[in-house]
Amino acid sequence: MNVLRFNRKQLCIPYAVFLILFVIAPLIVIVYYAFTNGEGKFSFANFINFFASTNTLGTLMYSFALAITTTLVCLLLAYPTAYILARSNFKKKYVLLMLFVLPMWINFTLRITALKEILSAIEGNISAYPFLNSVIGMTYDFLPFMILPLYTSLLKLDKSLLEAASDLGANKAVVFMRVTLPLSVPGIVSGITMVLLPSMTNYVVLDMLYNSTYIMGSLIGSYFSAYDWHNGSMISLILLVIIFIVTLVTNRFSDKDADERRTVL
Amino acid sequence: MKKILRIGWLALVLLFIYVPVLVLAVYSFTDAAMVGGGIGGFSFENYINLFRNDELRGMIFGTVLLAIVCATISTALATAGAIGSFYSKKIPKSLIGAANQIPVVNADIVTGFSICILLIVILRINKDTFIPLGLGHIVLTAPFVYLSILPKLKQLDNSLYEAALDLGATPAQALFKVVIPQLVPGILSGFMLAVTLSLDDYFITTYTKPSTFDTISTYVVNATKGSQTEVKTALWALSTLIFVIVIAAVVTMNLLSVRKGGKNEKV
Repeated sequence: MNVLRFNRKQLCIPYAVFLILFVIAPLIVIVYYAFTNGEGKFSFANFINFFASTNTLGTLMYSFALAITTTLVCLLLAYPTAYILARSNFKKKYVLLMLFVLPMWINFTLRITALKEILSAIEGNISAYPFLNSVIGMTYDFLPFMILPLYTSLLKLDKSLLEAASDLGANKAVVFMRVTLPLSVPGIVSGITMVLLPSMTNYVVLDMLYNSTYIMGSLIGSYFSAYDWHNGSMISLILLVIIFIVTLVTNRFSDKDADERRTVL
Repeated sequence: MKKILRIGWLALVLLFIYVPVLVLAVYSFTDAAMVGGGIGGFSFENYINLFRNDELRGMIFGTVLLAIVCATISTALATAGAIGSFYSKKIPKSLIGAANQIPVVNADIVTGFSICILLIVILRINKDTFIPLGLGHIVLTAPFVYLSILPKLKQLDNSLYEAALDLGATPAQALFKVVIPQLVPGILSGFMLAVTLSLDDYFITTYTKPSTFDTISTYVVNATKGSQTEVKTALWALSTLIFVIVIAAVVTMNLLSVRKGGKNEKV
């Protein structure tokens, strides 16, 4: 009788089963496929395919170059913006912030289409500047995701600390470098994770802006089109390892409660 | 001087963000075939095409339907999951929390590819059943619903639930009449987030969708590869419409929250 009685703890069972079946099982499958060949036998061939080929290693390097440049550009644009917004005396700061993050609710392919039209009008032949255009495209796509966490961490900043620092004789530059900047590190770190990983994988932006160079995401895309599940899984696994390392590093810096990713609504 | 610099910087960033969308909006009301090209005159042709073309209309309808259905299932699943795990013991609670975090930090493309391998390659589920696509979108959205409900659960006053039980309610009644009504803001914002994530998705959709079905994302990407001017300019109209809808939604929500905030202050 007791077993059949309703208990609110049991409500988590469907979700737990769902997570095991459709989140954890697919990852196990990826690992299995990455280390087997077409006949289902254990093999390092996919691993060697990736790490012994200058093409794929070049792709990895290009992804890093593009992702790091994009992240830096986003940070340089977003930090002053978030700083000005968070420190302004404007009564409805929230409305101003909305203005800066509103585009993220417009489908990204449509936004990149708009950007492409503008770039074509300015540059003429957009395929002449592939790297530059890809950085602009990625920045255009991901800027709101950098502004948001920076804004939240700068807004939380205790103003009395800044006052204390200047009372103790620090000038404005020193206050910024030794108080504001260190205290906004959680925001910087969570902004970086939100921009760095997607800009290694979002190959659609490159495709739409006529950049034919591959990034890590394009490799998965091309293995998918070729029905090559084993090599595709290897690339996914490599991305998972990169994500895991980034998460480990960033967890040491970030706020426990702050998971602002896309949760502004 | 400093103030001018600050406003100037904000204006520059806003220009970067809005010029492409706004220029496209202006061009969507003309008969021009490309931005910067010759404008013959004012025209509603693009908007008429958007609603007259069966393929475009079907694609928009399909995208919205998929988003709403998946967001509804995600919300139900993740709400129950969040309530259940919140009152569970420490170990199951942290395990669910950790598993929930995987799709959040993972790249969408890896999530999509892994689901494709499991469901389509290994389990041989036919893509045309929409099952892989639906499950993929639920995997993408449910963890975010879970995350938006959890903080509301932490704010909840547990003595209300116990009071309901003491007053003779069954646990199920107490749950539906006491706990869930207090979670409504979290559930709603989770649902909205799920809808927008699903509408914006490209990668999970490409790897799991039936070959004849397109969402806005996959359709736009294919359309930019083709050279059909009529479709291309109709998509400008779509972009403008979505822009207007987003602005309207944000303004309404702000007005609603302002009104609600005012009420709370009075109480």
